[in-house]
Parts: sequence; C-alpha cells; structure tokens
Amino acid sequence: MIIKVQQEDFEPMAEMAAYPVDAIAGAGGSVTFIGTVRDYSEAADILAMEIEHYPGMTERELERISAEAARHYDIIDSLIIHRYGHLAPQDNIVMVAVWSRHRAAAFDACRFLMDVLKTSAPFWKKEVTPAGVRWVTDCPGCRAGSREGHTHAPYSHTHS
Amino acid sequence: MIHVKFFASVRERIGVGEIFLAVPEGGVTVAEVLALAEGEAGVPLQDAHLLAAVNLQHVSFAGVVQDGDEVAFFPPVTGG
Repeated sequence: MIIKVQQEDFEPMAEMAAYPVDAIAGAGGSVTFIGTVRDYSEAADILAMEIEHYPGMTERELERISAEAARHYDIIDSLIIHRYGHLAPQDNIVMVAVWSRHRAAAFDACRFLMDVLKTSAPFWKKEVTPAGVRWVTDCPGCRAGSREGHTHAPYSHTHS
Repeated sequence: MIHVKFFASVRERIGVGEIFLAVPEGGVTVAEVLALAEGEAGVPLQDAHLLAAVNLQHVSFAGVVQDGDEVAFFPPVTGG
C-alpha cells in the first residue's frame, strides 16, 4: 500500500510504472481512477480550486481505508495519491490504482476506495468563481440548509 | 491541556486554526470540548454542520477526551 498526500502534480502512468514490482507480483491487471478539477459547478464557472486538508489524519484515514479494501476484496495492492493546495481546472486531484489477480476485485476495490475517501478523508474543497470563493458542500441535506439530523455515512452528523 | 484544531469553514468562522484548553480531570466528552471552545473563541458553532476527530480518528460527539488529546472540528469532508 502506498499513500501520497502532496501539493505537487503527478503523472499517472509514471506512478504506475514506478510502482514497486515486488508489491504487485502476481497481478493480472489494474484499475485506475483519476479525478480532475471540473471547470463548472451547479452555481458558477470555476476559475480555481483550493484544497485544504488535515495533515496526519489524512494519511491515517487513507491508510485505514486501503487496509479495509485489502480485507474486503481479493486484491494485491493499492495506491492512493491526493493533492492539496491551489489547483486549476483540468488539474489532477486524486488517483486511485488497484492491482489484482482478476478484474472484478480491482474494479470493485477502486470504486470502494473512491467512495469511502469522499466521505472520510479530511479534505475540503473551496471553489474560486467570478463571484468570489465558496466552500463546496457535497451533502444534499447540508446543501438544502436542513436542520434535521442526518448521517454522513459512516459518521453521524448532527443538525441541532 | 488539550489541543483543539479547526479546519476549513469552521476555522474561518472561529478566526484561528487552533486553541489549547484545560479540561477537568477524568475527561470530558467531545460535545463538552466544543462548548468550551465556543466559549473560548466567543463564536457559536452549535448550528454549524460539524464532524469531530480525536487523535486523528473520526469520533461521535459522545466520545471521551482525555488530557493531552488532540481534538478537531470540521465540516463534512469534500475530497476526491
């Protein structure tokens, strides 16, 4: 398992090629997801994205979910790279790569890692738009201004 | 003392990234730490959309905090 939380850009194919050969011995394939900055949101054009994170906890959460993926799916190894700082539209934000003997486990684990990362890894996006800056809100309940209690799986989140 | 950190919109609302608080012996709950932090910062957070972590792990607001712990409050995460 390799986790990288970094400000600088990454080259996905170079990351795959440089992965330790011993760690992925026996792999029959890999599945890679690469997330990039969109140039639009529901509200406005996006000029740039600022990503804040919680140093220390971010790495720990990514290690925890990588270990969870290894327990739940028949995979050989996984790589997660996530950037923080100032990003422009089309810039890479995140990369998840999973190696496995057979394709189904790699597809499933890659999706699992991306889905869980989005609800547990402490990153926060702020959009820079022509009208100013705004924090991104992924939760439909929060976005609607709901004061009702609801859950951000898997962590409870109270609206008092 | 406990080290309390704030991130993203919560940090902006409080105006600082961290504060240090003295806590009673025997520990307090995360919810009580939040109330102490609000008093210290003079900014109400009860109506904010908050998650909490203790020593770099997600916790509920009923979780217990001991002297020396690091506690963090932040909005729902939006990475990926």
